[in-house]
Amino acid sequence: MIPETKKTWAGKCHTVTLGATAAEGGSRTSLVKIGGASTLPFLHFEGTVSEPKVALEVWDIYPEEWPELLKQSLADADLRDPAKWAARCQDYGADLVCLRLAGCHPERGNRGPADAVAAAKAVLQAVGVPLVVWGTGNADKDNEIFPAVAEALAGENCLLGTITEDNYKTLVAVCTAYKHKLIAESPCDVNMAKQVNILATDMGFPAEDLVIYPTSGALGYGLEYIYSVMERARLAGLKGDRMLAQPFLCDIGIEVWGVKEAKVSEEEVPEWGSQACRAPMWEASTVAAYLQSGADLVILRHPQAIRSVKATIASLMGTPAQA
Amino acid sequence: MGIILIGERINGSFKDVGRAIQEKTKDVIRDRACKQAKAGAHYLDVNMGAASRDVQDYAWLVKTVAESTHLPLSLDCNKIEHFKVGLEAYREVAGDRPVLINSTTAEDSKLGPLLEMAVQYDASILGVVMDERGSPQDVDRRVELGAKIFGAALEAGIPQDRIILDPIVMPVKFMQDQPKNVLAAIQQLTMLSDPAPHISIGLSNVASKTEERKLINRTFMVMAMAMGLDCAILDVSDADLMASVLTAELLMNKEIYSDGYLKAYQKVIGLAPGA
Repeated sequence: MIPETKKTWAGKCHTVTLGATAAEGGSRTSLVKIGGASTLPFLHFEGTVSEPKVALEVWDIYPEEWPELLKQSLADADLRDPAKWAARCQDYGADLVCLRLAGCHPERGNRGPADAVAAAKAVLQAVGVPLVVWGTGNADKDNEIFPAVAEALAGENCLLGTITEDNYKTLVAVCTAYKHKLIAESPCDVNMAKQVNILATDMGFPAEDLVIYPTSGALGYGLEYIYSVMERARLAGLKGDRMLAQPFLCDIGIEVWGVKEAKVSEEEVPEWGSQACRAPMWEASTVAAYLQSGADLVILRHPQAIRSVKATIASLMGTPAQA
Repeated sequence: MGIILIGERINGSFKDVGRAIQEKTKDVIRDRACKQAKAGAHYLDVNMGAASRDVQDYAWLVKTVAESTHLPLSLDCNKIEHFKVGLEAYREVAGDRPVLINSTTAEDSKLGPLLEMAVQYDASILGVVMDERGSPQDVDRRVELGAKIFGAALEAGIPQDRIILDPIVMPVKFMQDQPKNVLAAIQQLTMLSDPAPHISIGLSNVASKTEERKLINRTFMVMAMAMGLDCAILDVSDADLMASVLTAELLMNKEIYSDGYLKAYQKVIGLAPGA
């Protein structure tokens, strides 16, 4: 007799719904659900597998520092206009648009709450998909801009972040008030991932409205450490730990486009071959690994990378790829 | 938590429960059931104690508890007939919710029929390592009887994760050499299979008639967990005990540490689906 090898888990991951259509009091044309897995990634025979979703990144300012190749790949989007850029992202097949308020960072323009609100509203109006709004990573600055941004996006059920162990009170309060979901950040540390979630829920924020961002690393740059943290957290979540049953967000584009495998041209290192081919492939390959450790939402930059990632997801989900 | 905690407070030996069984006052029972669910119990033990010998009283008690929460029950009696009637009553009210037969011994006259009943009612079974010769005092006999029950249950077709072995805890006050033997037995019983069988104790026995009941209970509990115990019948309303159990899970790397782990657990159990 062949023994039964199917595993059933006591717990299930939380499902986080993003966006709100007119029926829910928002203006989105589509909703996105992330999470909800009842087993490990893509083990369809064991339980519910959650389909990973893909966001493309838009900046509130012209992304001067991005590699030339990346900017060229987005030539048909107007990178000086977040609204037009976002609209193109939707055409490229993004399930969500992630507006990164890079220009608000004190060392990169130091734009204020009014500018952040203007960018957020412009992007909101330009697309029908749900929004992720990512702050500057500077605690003081994020606490200054997010109250206004969260209010401006009230009713749209966006995903805002990030909160950390040292800075969470303001964002938790405004996301509670304006009913947004939250990204809880912890640097490659499963204990801290749990702790940030506990801190947020201690303020009354629902555990079911959090998304874990365990930080990310590009292929060849610490990916395996994050992979292990995600694996461990997910196993705990499936065993019933509610503070680790949240979906995972992986911020991939920002990592990959900072490493030499994506940035260096063929002229500089001829043996690495075409950069135009290599760089988006590095982005897509990085995602492929994260999908296996349970990534529920990935943020990308290159239009070719999203096509490749969507095809990977379709094949893993057993659904035919979209043309 | 990975450990299975069975709440012990619905027992006719407690005066209020005993009276409630005799007078059929549901509120008292319901209150005890809900309180234990809120305190983090995974199962509720249902035992009439000496309050009644009437099998219909047991059916009433099982139904009353099953209706009170969504938790699975541990049907705790001695007579085969009581189990039969209890399981019938339980299935009537609780549908296919899990249930535990608590308990069989290694005596053939009991083991056979109760294993059959476990299969018939899709129940888990707890086997206490005693037989017609009584409760063993030494480690070897405990392990021998545990192995007998475990083997018979597997042979009867009960899935391994529904078999629980109890190496019998005895009071430290009267038999001071026994707690150490129980710990050694737990460790050896874990080696019966891979993964190990579930092992449970009736915790409160260890501190019976002592002055420092709670301290002895929680100290023995964490020692037993270190040996491989993963189930216990205990007082879930003892907050210090529950905190020690959670912390032991953490120290055994079965729960993930975070600075706020205790606070988070205490909050979560208040919202438990069974509550």
